[in-house]
Amino acid sequence: MSAVISKPLVAPVESAKEPGNFLTHTSGFLSWALTLDHKRIGLMYLVGVMSSFLLGGVLALVVRAHLFYADGAFLTLKQYNQIFTLHGAVMVFLFIIPSVPAALGNFLLPIMLGAKDVAFPRLNLSSFYLWVGGAIFFLVAMLTTGLDTGWTFYTPYSLETTGPVVLATMGVFILGFSSIFTGLNFIVTINTMRPPGMTWFRMPLLLWAIYSTSIIQVLATPVLGITMLLLMAERFLGIGIFDPKLNGDPVTYQHFFWFYSHPAVYIMILPAMGIISELMSVHSHKGIFGYRMIAYSSVAIALFGFLVWGHHMFTSGMANVTTIVFSALTFTVSIPSAIKVFNWLFTMYKGTVSLTTPMLYALSFMFLFTIGGLTGLPLGALSIDRHFHDTYFVVAHFHYVMMGGTLVAFLGGIFHWWPKMVGKMYNELGGQISAGIVFVGFNLTFLPQFVLGTRGMPRRYATYVPEFEFLHQLSTYGAFLLGIGLFVALGVLINSLFRGKKAPTNPWGGATLEWVCSSPPPHDNFSKPPVVGDPYDFRGLEYDAREGGYVRRK
Amino acid sequence: MSDITIPTSEHADDHSHDHPAWLAHHFDDAEQQFDSGKLGMWLFLVTEVLFFSGMFVAYALFRSLHPEVFVYASQFLNAKLGAINTGVLLFSSLTMAWAVRAAQLSQQKILVSMLAMTLSCAAMFLGVKAVEYTHKWDLGLLPAGMYITQGVAEPNHGNWLQILCIPAAVFAVIFAGWYLFALVGRNRFQLQIAGPLLVASLCFFAGVQLGVFLESGESHGDAHGSGHGATHGDHHEGAGDHAAHAIIVDHMVATSIPGQAFPSEVFVDPKRVGIDEPEINQRGRAGIFFGIYYMMTGIHAVHILGGMGVITWLIVKAARHEFHSKYFGPVDNVGLYWHLVDFIWIFLFPLLYLIR
Repeated sequence: MSAVISKPLVAPVESAKEPGNFLTHTSGFLSWALTLDHKRIGLMYLVGVMSSFLLGGVLALVVRAHLFYADGAFLTLKQYNQIFTLHGAVMVFLFIIPSVPAALGNFLLPIMLGAKDVAFPRLNLSSFYLWVGGAIFFLVAMLTTGLDTGWTFYTPYSLETTGPVVLATMGVFILGFSSIFTGLNFIVTINTMRPPGMTWFRMPLLLWAIYSTSIIQVLATPVLGITMLLLMAERFLGIGIFDPKLNGDPVTYQHFFWFYSHPAVYIMILPAMGIISELMSVHSHKGIFGYRMIAYSSVAIALFGFLVWGHHMFTSGMANVTTIVFSALTFTVSIPSAIKVFNWLFTMYKGTVSLTTPMLYALSFMFLFTIGGLTGLPLGALSIDRHFHDTYFVVAHFHYVMMGGTLVAFLGGIFHWWPKMVGKMYNELGGQISAGIVFVGFNLTFLPQFVLGTRGMPRRYATYVPEFEFLHQLSTYGAFLLGIGLFVALGVLINSLFRGKKAPTNPWGGATLEWVCSSPPPHDNFSKPPVVGDPYDFRGLEYDAREGGYVRRK
Repeated sequence: MSDITIPTSEHADDHSHDHPAWLAHHFDDAEQQFDSGKLGMWLFLVTEVLFFSGMFVAYALFRSLHPEVFVYASQFLNAKLGAINTGVLLFSSLTMAWAVRAAQLSQQKILVSMLAMTLSCAAMFLGVKAVEYTHKWDLGLLPAGMYITQGVAEPNHGNWLQILCIPAAVFAVIFAGWYLFALVGRNRFQLQIAGPLLVASLCFFAGVQLGVFLESGESHGDAHGSGHGATHGDHHEGAGDHAAHAIIVDHMVATSIPGQAFPSEVFVDPKRVGIDEPEINQRGRAGIFFGIYYMMTGIHAVHILGGMGVITWLIVKAARHEFHSKYFGPVDNVGLYWHLVDFIWIFLFPLLYLIR
């Protein structure tokens, strides 16, 4: 098709002749399966990632339902182990890590940058298929026999269990390469594909966040790869490094594992923070406060994140000095995180805040992430961690960050860019209701878990003492409410595909480059390099009722 | 004769006029494409270094905890073969660098022959490695879980070397057939591909021969591995050999102190001389060294195999005359990768073979 030639850069007022977009550019199954278009790959990731989220979410509900009674409702102990393992592994490896970078990042990064595509489109497609392959390994591991090691595969249990550890770690290994190649692609794209005028400090903050994430992906994930490979070799050959029976050292495994997996939590949260930077600014219709500080803090989090892995192992057996150093370093991470939160707050200050669905999710994020972040500090303190280690306090803490943080920001991002991705507006009220239910349900699920943790409820237990029953039941009610909220959100989005109004080019009044492309964008994004300005300069953007969105007045 | 004009296929596809065939549509110009490829390759190399770093850390940990194990166990490695492989890889890096230069200067024939030499060196490296591995498997020098305590029981000998040679032999036959077929059909393009592949698969056997020769031909002075590499299960030695061993045994008994290194000037096959080192010579000690040894060298060998794959891909593209002074990024990038694989070996060789 040659429809990509002349696409005006400024929002077209006349929409009579409709040029093709990336969705209609070509058709047929193979045109999607073999596509090199970053936007289609992003959408395919979105479908895959959300399916994994559905699976992981159902598993979570099964766990919560089982914990409704102190003696457990309906699962055997072994089944319980398998189900929480799969919940964790699916959520971490299949959902959160690829969620924002691979799905939204793929779609947005080249457009926000003003490029035609990522630097290596074929590598991008292979990343997707590696992800699919890794996911299949995981699902096979689930369907054959249950994996019951927890998502961390700690030795020596992972060497002794009859569960399909090798199959699952093979899946992780493959998924790791998918993640590495995505990160590599994004770094190169941002370094070499910026059009004239797109300097580093004119990049939208989401791109800074994704860039920092990609650095972690490239530097940390190979270590996970070799760790998984060594674990497989340990099971197959008995190389003796991790196996105490052969004089190996399980704590070495934990060091190897957390050297990746702690930076990995920043792979999960950093891009979410990038989304929030965009949402806060656009929906407050005010330039971002402290652009450079937010940009630098992303990079700082990425770098500090490499130095704190030991705080997962305070009780595993380390030298006292080591634990003190890790504890002190852990606190340093809170500084750049707090910088971001304060900057978002000041962005809203004296702005014109529209309480749209994305903004409601962004506000939920602020609230939940702050709780999650602040409860991380006691866990980083050595004396308190002795008591809180492996309790529900930890569970609640990381769910507040991972779910209240990343998932909520991801949902906000999906609602924010949904009109751009599919070209349809969703029902605003429905979206707002979903945000409300998710917020209430989430807090109802995890606030009681903080209390449970401080009272000594250990994580990963299938049964508990009767005194905890009330709080556990609150948590279970909350989980189902949360599930309802998520289904409402899904319903709103799917409904929009069939009944939604056609989306305008710029429904929210954003100033980044993706709001210059039509909704959905054309196949080649930009027929010629776009004019690059300040990504947070909202002057001149006015709402046009006829268009249904914002247009830039000259 | 080596200077071939740059192919001008600018109008062969549906791109706009300033986009030649070798420039992907989403890049503005050749420089951007080259820079992207190069940065991507360097980042990939960073991930490779970090990938290996896990094993280097494991090595450092266990060596610092159990230095005596490493001194003991590394004596089973044949430093001669390691040194030869180091030389082979260094030479292959030279030919690879030359290939990059040839691509930059549009020297078609030199490019193909240099790539072919690199490929052959890689195959030779693997041939030597196959001898080293199989020799150790025969002796039961295996990772901790399967390690057979030396000198206690007779380990099982298998036809491991022959088995490892089978895929190479199959490849050699296929490539020979292809070469003859192309020769009959006078297909220059196919000859340019089948020739290097045939030579490379034969070089594997050259490496095996070299390895077998060196693993077996050292019965005087250093008794390491006598008779195992050449003919499996063949334990017959001349009377002179026995005399030499007896001297070594005496020497060992006189000087060996538990937990201390053996005299460095003597290469010992402990199975034959019957050294009793109960502390070290067992699964959880020497076995861990071999676990680390097999992981490091094994994953390195996998990288050599991967390198052979991409070099073959380069040979095909070079035979199609795709590289020239304006487009040589892939050769350059594969060259970088190859140098890294070489570089890692330069660390592996002293760390594993030269512990004294």
